[in-house]
Amino acid sequence: MNTYFHSVRLDRDKCKGCTNCIKHCPTEAIRVRGGKAQIIAERCIDCGECIRVCPYHAKIAYTDPFSDIGRFKYKIALPAPSLYGQFKNLSSIDRVVMGLKLMGFDDVYEVARGADIVSCAIQEKIQEKKNLPVISSACPAIVRLIQVRFPNLIDNIVDLLSPMEVAASVAKREYAKKHGVSQNDIGTFFITPCPAKMTSIKNPYGIEKSSVDGAFSVIDIYGLLAGQLKKPGIVTAEGATASVYGVGWANSGGEAAAAGITNSLAVDGIGNVIKVLEEIENLKLTDLQYFEGLACPGGCVGGPLTFENPYVARTRIKALSAKIQNPGPSCDYAQTYIDDGTVDFRQPIKARPVMKIDADMVTAMKKLEAIEEIAKRLPGLDCGSCGSPSCHAMAEDIVLGDAKEMDCVFKLRDKVTSLAEQMVELTGKDKRGDI
Amino acid sequence: MSDVFKESFEIEAGDFASAGEASAKIKSILRMIGIDPALTRRVTIASYEAELNMIIHSQGGVMSVEISTEAIALFCEDTGPGIADIDMAMQEGYSTASSDVRMMGFGAGMGLPNMKKNSDEFSIHSDTNGTRLNMRFNMN
Repeated sequence: MNTYFHSVRLDRDKCKGCTNCIKHCPTEAIRVRGGKAQIIAERCIDCGECIRVCPYHAKIAYTDPFSDIGRFKYKIALPAPSLYGQFKNLSSIDRVVMGLKLMGFDDVYEVARGADIVSCAIQEKIQEKKNLPVISSACPAIVRLIQVRFPNLIDNIVDLLSPMEVAASVAKREYAKKHGVSQNDIGTFFITPCPAKMTSIKNPYGIEKSSVDGAFSVIDIYGLLAGQLKKPGIVTAEGATASVYGVGWANSGGEAAAAGITNSLAVDGIGNVIKVLEEIENLKLTDLQYFEGLACPGGCVGGPLTFENPYVARTRIKALSAKIQNPGPSCDYAQTYIDDGTVDFRQPIKARPVMKIDADMVTAMKKLEAIEEIAKRLPGLDCGSCGSPSCHAMAEDIVLGDAKEMDCVFKLRDKVTSLAEQMVELTGKDKRGDI
Repeated sequence: MSDVFKESFEIEAGDFASAGEASAKIKSILRMIGIDPALTRRVTIASYEAELNMIIHSQGGVMSVEISTEAIALFCEDTGPGIADIDMAMQEGYSTASSDVRMMGFGAGMGLPNMKKNSDEFSIHSDTNGTRLNMRFNMN
């Protein structure tokens, strides 16, 4: 599959060619060449860190246009629990559910309910897993990161679909049954805090085809939904039904709490997660039962496509959770979908190693030798002015034919200085008539 | 033996701030060369233990890695007091690390056993001038 879909893209017109994104990309997937950023598709994990840091908003996330709901006769919204933290003075989650219906959805199935199901499945699954710690499969950016950078840890990933996938599949089935309609006429639309989820709908893992039919970013629907929430007299005939624990998945640490795993570690922020994954790969944390790594600060509430500050959003979600009727976690409802395999991976996750510099080992060794040689000559300031994220990355780019040593401003300055000196010397000689 | 990649790292005694950097660099080298991930993991673990031992117990030394198509070799050579009783040091849980070092989470007595367990060939020579370690990891 050489046409891997990426949600994260570049708006070339807005890109000024600054170096903010290249310095923050956790997989060194961006270069600035010819004054514009370029994303190296094989390396990009769609975490959206570049979206966060780009001062010119030139890094964008493709999500579907809201008009896409018209493609289906029946439309179901799948709100991520992080959505609930976006609104000031929101009295209850029920209002979000009703607001979405007013926007044109026939039904709403909370992804937090999917999370309730997955929480119960994790409790069962964790007993079978041999490789410890078991790693959460919920954050698609982290799963992709493991595929490209930590292939040893693929077997640690819990082989359960994400709450979003489970929610979509269950929502379709239950709606079709309840209303006596065909599942083919039902469209499920995820309201996403991040580009990685959008990517995981187009390139799903653990399953061949996603049950989610499209995704809208939180920020795109924010205005529309906020307008609905302000309408007086929103009735709450059929409101929210997810448990406190399912909603808690929005925040870092929420998964382990929902699954009742005490020997667990929750880490948020992709740089922090990488450090811990290195430790897990080096077998330093084998006494840990569960690892929940989330790419965004604070967890999904810190997604790059959210509206509200993640810390504010987290606090709001906690306040809203206190009002939830369903105390959870009860696995009675979940059991049906655990037993029939709805929650399970249908296919294993594959490694996608991108770090090696040549298919042939001896050639790779020779290239690496050349890289180390060049790296020693570079100033080691990691300034990024050449368009590569670090001096070492630049040395790699030079050997792989994607940069020249004179792209380094310091090397160029040295060269200009030495040329100038030579010229002065030549001129001097000329005056003395030595030529 | 013409196609060999070599790199070496200076390890400073007591430099806990840099602990793990040499083994992280070795891991990165192996990834770039495209060494099998499981083998990369074994070499990384062994090199980390060796690196830490030099920081904790020696007066500093050098760790070198040599990669050929047949094997990966790790050489460690330090100056220092050496290991008084190698047989004891090879036992899991035996440690001479100070309580300060243990407070930092090191010195669990797994260093040498882990190196031996993860490598295909392991040899150690130690006297009162220092310690030399040789480890070999076969490619398949």
